[in-house]
Amino acid sequence: MGKQPIEPALAVQNLRLSYGGPTIINDLTTVVPAGEITAVVGANGCGKSTLLRAMARLMKPVEGAVLLDGQNIHSLATKQVAKRLGLMPQAPTAPDGVLVGDLVRRGRYPHQRLFDQWSIADQAAVALALELTRMREFVDRPVDELSGGQRQRAWIAMALAQDTPLMLLDEPTTYLDMAHQAEVLDLLTALNANDGRTIVMVLHDLNQACRYAKHIVALAEGKIVAAGAPGEVMKPDLIEQVFGIGVHVFEDPVTATPMCVPMRY
Amino acid sequence: MSATVAVAQPAGGTLVAIAVGMVFVGMAIGAAELVPHRSVSIRRSAFSATVDARVGWLILGAVAVTCGLVAVGLIVGDFPISAGDALRTALWERQGEFDFIVNSLRFPRVTVAVLAGMALAASGAVFQALISNPLVSPDIIGINNGAAVFAVSILAAGGDVSLLPVAAFGGAIGTAFLIYLLAWKQGVSGSRLVLVGIGINSALAAVIVFVTVRFPIERVVAAARWQAGTLFGASWSDARILAIGLATLLPGCFFLTRRLRLLQLGDDVAAAMGVRVERDRLLLIVCASGLAALAVSVVGPLAFVALLVPHLARLIAGNLTGGVLVFTALLGGIFLLASDLIAQRLFAPTVLPAGVVTAALGGPYFLLLLARHNRG
Repeated sequence: MGKQPIEPALAVQNLRLSYGGPTIINDLTTVVPAGEITAVVGANGCGKSTLLRAMARLMKPVEGAVLLDGQNIHSLATKQVAKRLGLMPQAPTAPDGVLVGDLVRRGRYPHQRLFDQWSIADQAAVALALELTRMREFVDRPVDELSGGQRQRAWIAMALAQDTPLMLLDEPTTYLDMAHQAEVLDLLTALNANDGRTIVMVLHDLNQACRYAKHIVALAEGKIVAAGAPGEVMKPDLIEQVFGIGVHVFEDPVTATPMCVPMRY
Repeated sequence: MSATVAVAQPAGGTLVAIAVGMVFVGMAIGAAELVPHRSVSIRRSAFSATVDARVGWLILGAVAVTCGLVAVGLIVGDFPISAGDALRTALWERQGEFDFIVNSLRFPRVTVAVLAGMALAASGAVFQALISNPLVSPDIIGINNGAAVFAVSILAAGGDVSLLPVAAFGGAIGTAFLIYLLAWKQGVSGSRLVLVGIGINSALAAVIVFVTVRFPIERVVAAARWQAGTLFGASWSDARILAIGLATLLPGCFFLTRRLRLLQLGDDVAAAMGVRVERDRLLLIVCASGLAALAVSVVGPLAFVALLVPHLARLIAGNLTGGVLVFTALLGGIFLLASDLIAQRLFAPTVLPAGVVTAALGGPYFLLLLARHNRG
């Protein structure tokens, strides 16, 4: 793989974020390469989710800007952003009794107009989203009655129905067992590989991030400690900075990507 | 019936009618369950939409039941008028010997019952979805008591009764804005809105108690009667106010429903889908509070309609969509009209306030339906 200039889908410039109290992200600059999977990693409370929310235009920066295809995201109309960028928050919840089909259809909102709410394109996008997530057989099941992995797939299907070239996911594998984690991450990998969708996900499992992401952004205390390919980020001294724990790094016997285990036990 | 009866007896015919009606409603709900949820796509050049077949049939059924109950309301009363005479007087011969009773007493009353029930039920459905809490309704977060404080004050202090609807409406809307402002903290979250609302509600309840102990008992009785919620003396001008309000606010809620359906999934999901969260939430609160205020200003704070009818509608029709909102409103109209007919006829000629029936019958009946649904 030669060093090509990164074409940014999303660029973050000198970003400072705060919920009105202490600064959570401070003077952060980075890019999200287009057509790749990027993982944001870091210790609990380091500002990963906050950064993701700012990238999705859910919070206004105190300073700096988020650029979507070169334009300041806050200068774009809400619906325009929603056509280009989708977000799946951590552990989203649907009201009791909402059916999977109904949930996925709601993802078409940014493409609909008041009197044009179920076009051929809407129908096709929903069908494709259900197909890709293998949720077709569950369309008439209430979301709250699904297993954790199925539920997560239902929400991903909703984000897919939104049909955005850029998808942001906040810890899509939380609360899932090993097999279901792999299932969700395989699905995201397939989405990236098949139609070049740019994916940004917050993960707390470093080894998982190295397996699935091409680009890793490691945060500590609201600042970037390292950003780049897994091999560049997965270094004992950097990991110690990010997580505050010494690690031993070796090659993942399955994927040949770097992985680590803590030295302390 | 003897005029010297001291204690009113339940009218046998009415009890039978109530029982038949309840069984009929139960069967209708059972029949609705047989119609599957099936999306029907409608596309005409620039227009496209989906309609759930079950919801479509339910709306048609609800309209038919409403018309039937309106007819019953025109025919039934203390003054015996034959069915043919009553309907003829109401529909095409708008004069004649029964004109006053049918067209000035019964027709406006049934119309007000339907419209007020629609407004209350739609308001409750929007609040419950907006706050993601099935126990929320405009009466619980203080909007009804906001109206009641002013209405009770006017009645108890012997003020100008013609100002009552305006004062009640102002009180309800004012309370809604007060709750919204007090709940604001970088946006309004559902749980904070409910907590602030409950706090305001108890403060307003205290003011009402103060007013009722402060003023002479004869006038306080009128205030207590208003507070129970009654359709007594409903006029065409009441119906006109309700109709105009519903014609503006109900379509508002209907068109906001698709954004409400995203707000139900959480603020972050809604915002990421392109919904302007705070603006649309405020619009929904304004529309829903307006509907509740409108109904309460005309018929008083009727218990349970706004809380229970949306649940019933959800059990039958499913989760909130524009169509389900329309069905919910129609069901509210049916519920209030049926309650008022029962209130008028159960102990005839003694008339109960409709609110007593909505609370006394509505609560247990809802529990029965819920128990049946959960078992089935």
